[in-house]
Amino acid sequence: MEWETVIGLEIHAQLATNSKIFSGSSTAYGAEPNTQASLVDLGMPGVLPVLNKKAVEMAIRFGLAINATITPRSVFARKNYFYPDLPKGYQISQFELPVVAQGYLDIELDDGSSKRIGVTRAHLEEDAGKSLHEDFHGKTGIDLNRAGTPLLEIVSEPDLRSAKEAVAYMKKMHALVRYLGVCDGNMQEGSFRCDANVSVRKPGQPFGTRAEIKNLNSFRFIERAIHYEVERQIELLESGGKVIQETRLYDPDQGETRSMRSKEDANDYRYFPDPDLLPVEITATEIEAIRATLPELPTAKKQRFMQTYHLGSYEADALTSSSELGDYFERVAQGTQDAKLAANWLMGGLAALLNKHELEISAAPVAAETLTQLLNRIKDQTLSSTAAKDVLEALWQGEGSVDAIIEAKGLKQISDTSAIEAMLDEIIANNPSQVAEYRSGKDKLFAFFVGQAMRASKGKANPSTVNDILKQKLEG
Amino acid sequence: MSQESISSLSLKELHTGIHTGQFSVMEATDAYLDRIERLDGELNSFITVLRAQAQQQAQVIDQKIRQGELQGPLAGIPYALKDLFCTEGILTTCGSKMLANFVSPYDAHVTSQLKAAGGVLLGKNNMDEFAMGSSNENSAYGVVRNPWNTDCVPGGSSGGGAAAIAARLAPMVLGTDTGGSIRQPGSFCGVTGIKPTYGRISRYGMIAFASSLDQCGPMAVSAEDCAITLNVIAGFDERDSTSAQATVPDYTTTLNDSIHGLRIGLPKEFFAAGLDSQVATVIERAVKEFEQLGAVVKEVSLPNAHLAVPVYYVVAPAEASSNLSRFDGVRFGHRCEDPQDLTDLYKRSRWEGFGEEVKRRIMVGTYALSAGYYDAYYLKAQQVRRLIKQDFVDAFKEVDVIMGPSAPTTAFKIGEKADDPVAMYLADIYTIPTSLAGLPGMTFPIGFAADGLPVGMQLIGNYFQEARMLNIAHQYQLNSDWHLKLPARFA
Repeated sequence: MEWETVIGLEIHAQLATNSKIFSGSSTAYGAEPNTQASLVDLGMPGVLPVLNKKAVEMAIRFGLAINATITPRSVFARKNYFYPDLPKGYQISQFELPVVAQGYLDIELDDGSSKRIGVTRAHLEEDAGKSLHEDFHGKTGIDLNRAGTPLLEIVSEPDLRSAKEAVAYMKKMHALVRYLGVCDGNMQEGSFRCDANVSVRKPGQPFGTRAEIKNLNSFRFIERAIHYEVERQIELLESGGKVIQETRLYDPDQGETRSMRSKEDANDYRYFPDPDLLPVEITATEIEAIRATLPELPTAKKQRFMQTYHLGSYEADALTSSSELGDYFERVAQGTQDAKLAANWLMGGLAALLNKHELEISAAPVAAETLTQLLNRIKDQTLSSTAAKDVLEALWQGEGSVDAIIEAKGLKQISDTSAIEAMLDEIIANNPSQVAEYRSGKDKLFAFFVGQAMRASKGKANPSTVNDILKQKLEG
Repeated sequence: MSQESISSLSLKELHTGIHTGQFSVMEATDAYLDRIERLDGELNSFITVLRAQAQQQAQVIDQKIRQGELQGPLAGIPYALKDLFCTEGILTTCGSKMLANFVSPYDAHVTSQLKAAGGVLLGKNNMDEFAMGSSNENSAYGVVRNPWNTDCVPGGSSGGGAAAIAARLAPMVLGTDTGGSIRQPGSFCGVTGIKPTYGRISRYGMIAFASSLDQCGPMAVSAEDCAITLNVIAGFDERDSTSAQATVPDYTTTLNDSIHGLRIGLPKEFFAAGLDSQVATVIERAVKEFEQLGAVVKEVSLPNAHLAVPVYYVVAPAEASSNLSRFDGVRFGHRCEDPQDLTDLYKRSRWEGFGEEVKRRIMVGTYALSAGYYDAYYLKAQQVRRLIKQDFVDAFKEVDVIMGPSAPTTAFKIGEKADDPVAMYLADIYTIPTSLAGLPGMTFPIGFAADGLPVGMQLIGNYFQEARMLNIAHQYQLNSDWHLKLPARFA
């Protein structure tokens, strides 16, 4: 019998607040060490935390988007453990009463069906600082800039059954938090990362013992780490061994997971309600006010794109991967009255440039209005598709407006029938043997004449006009 | 005016003296600084005396008063702070070796309130380490002696402040009270002190012992002086989420209200076994005096009060074990020599930096929060805490205030209970229930027991009834002079 993989993800999404969750310090990334650490962040004797209401609003926003229950009275608790980058000796988190309880997210499977993944809870907590091990000669440096940054920890049910599903879920969450504006989703800076709980079992059997893989910060790593871990566990079990409950780290260089600490070494966190903070009371009115500000969510947008623009599931998925991309697409589709063309260019030429320059759509130097103008030049037959690609490159480089570039590069397509006729007459006259061969049934030579025409016009002749006239002349 | 005369003045009289030009802020400040220098060698009620800074401050305030920039009731008034209130640029030790080198980078809320009001900080008072203790013997800076009998403890944990008031080394101090740390030393030293309702005064900048119980309050000679001080320090502070939004009344305007018809409840549980008979005698006499002033006395019951000490010694250490985790030798405070590794750094820094009682409570608290014990200890304690609170809610349906002893005995001898933590814990048996309920409690002197030591009456009010409590104590003080008595040797 085959082994079944069971995965649950704990996603840590850094909330996009300007200040920290319990102090007024900035959350901006990349500042000089300890320049964004206030007395509160330093855990000075006598200081007290004050909750940033924006963080709570963002958590509620997220909760509503996954159809979760918003806890009317949630409680902050202290998670006690000693670590140098944890200044107070405890992390303020939520334990028994998280702000977001029981929701779900639907993911798309390869066969086109959808699967509902349960979200057990999402709770607010503060991030710790960073330990810097380089440059301190046998000592450790502590940077507390990150200490107190608000995190939303999103805990899934063990509903995921493959690395692929885990990645699909993670991607969907990633898109969702960015749609909601609650997290910038920057995985390299650690704004969006996850721990994966992985176990294997024979179908129908109880859950196997799980290992927790910590701090996965790319979709690729998640997939690889889970694959490796599943193989490791299966091998272990099939050779008569036992999986032990432990925390493991994924090493992307070696492509393997390694034991970090076992359950026996695990801390007893001694959670208890933080007496410095009042319970967070959330009224139905507040919830409704936040609900009213929710944007159209990815699933709804995808459905709408498929219906309104007649896109396929794959295209609709791609174009709704971020709300900015969806907006961009809609502006181009409406400006060109040609959704298919807009979709092709967004997923083709423009996507290629974005990938090449590692940019998000919001940072693209070509605005939706500009792309619309460009595509309209294809539609009015001013440009061939090939020439349009050159124009897009030039637009990207900031070489001017669409029409100016066409003009400057002399890319204007020749659609004038009489000019094309004259040119084709000349080609036919200059190639009598090929004409004879064609007329005697060698259809393949049609392409030869098209090629000659394109060469003669330096690629500017409108191919469909060339095709039509050439056919008449050769058949004639 | 002579220095001795200055130190016998009330806050109001000091204010009048300064603002009518009878003496300067500098003279008043010097009067107290000189007394500290002369008398505190024996008492040890101060950890830090800020002579130069206080004089400098006095000079500035004198000028501001002359220029009419400062005139509030505390303008020019010298005072001292328990050494757990953070004071910018000034050593803040919390009575611990752990913070022997800790110069706070910021002011506590109350510190800045008193600064802005024009008070002159004389120094920082001795205290039980991290406010854990009932005798002030748990200080890394030596025991404090009771001015009424220097063989005796002053009580704790605000023992330094209580002794300083009793010996008139300061006209007003701020202490803190977690389970009785203002009221019990107030009683032992014969001074007046009030622990307001939990949340009435911001805890920002007060080094935490047990966050759900800690509350700051003034100690002084009289209820009137406490009221004047409370006016300045009470109120909401956005930096403390647990500070109360409730409006702050002017505590001085109701001091002269009549207490005729006042319904006083005496909890029968506070007069049972455990109460020293000498103390009981003084309390009973004072209760009669209240009846003579027109009050009506009634017995009430706090059936769960006997559970308060065990509940407190689960809740307070649990919170403390977490609050004191930040003292790890990494960012501030004591760090051991040559740590071998991180664990060694933690273990030795904390082992060396904390005293016995603090370590005992950290261990008790850690245990009470541990997996598998949490429900049986911490959770259960919180449930019983609600029952204790409910007892008071019920009692206040029948009476306006509750009275009883502040402590079961008068001040005991130094060393007498030092090796018996449980006996020591019972010194707070009458103050802890109030703390657990978050209610305001105060103590004021009502006479002396046969051993010549002062006895304090505890007055417990309903939530945010500080004005009424101060009024009641003030009315008693208008009709008695116990609060004005001064130990002969410190006259």
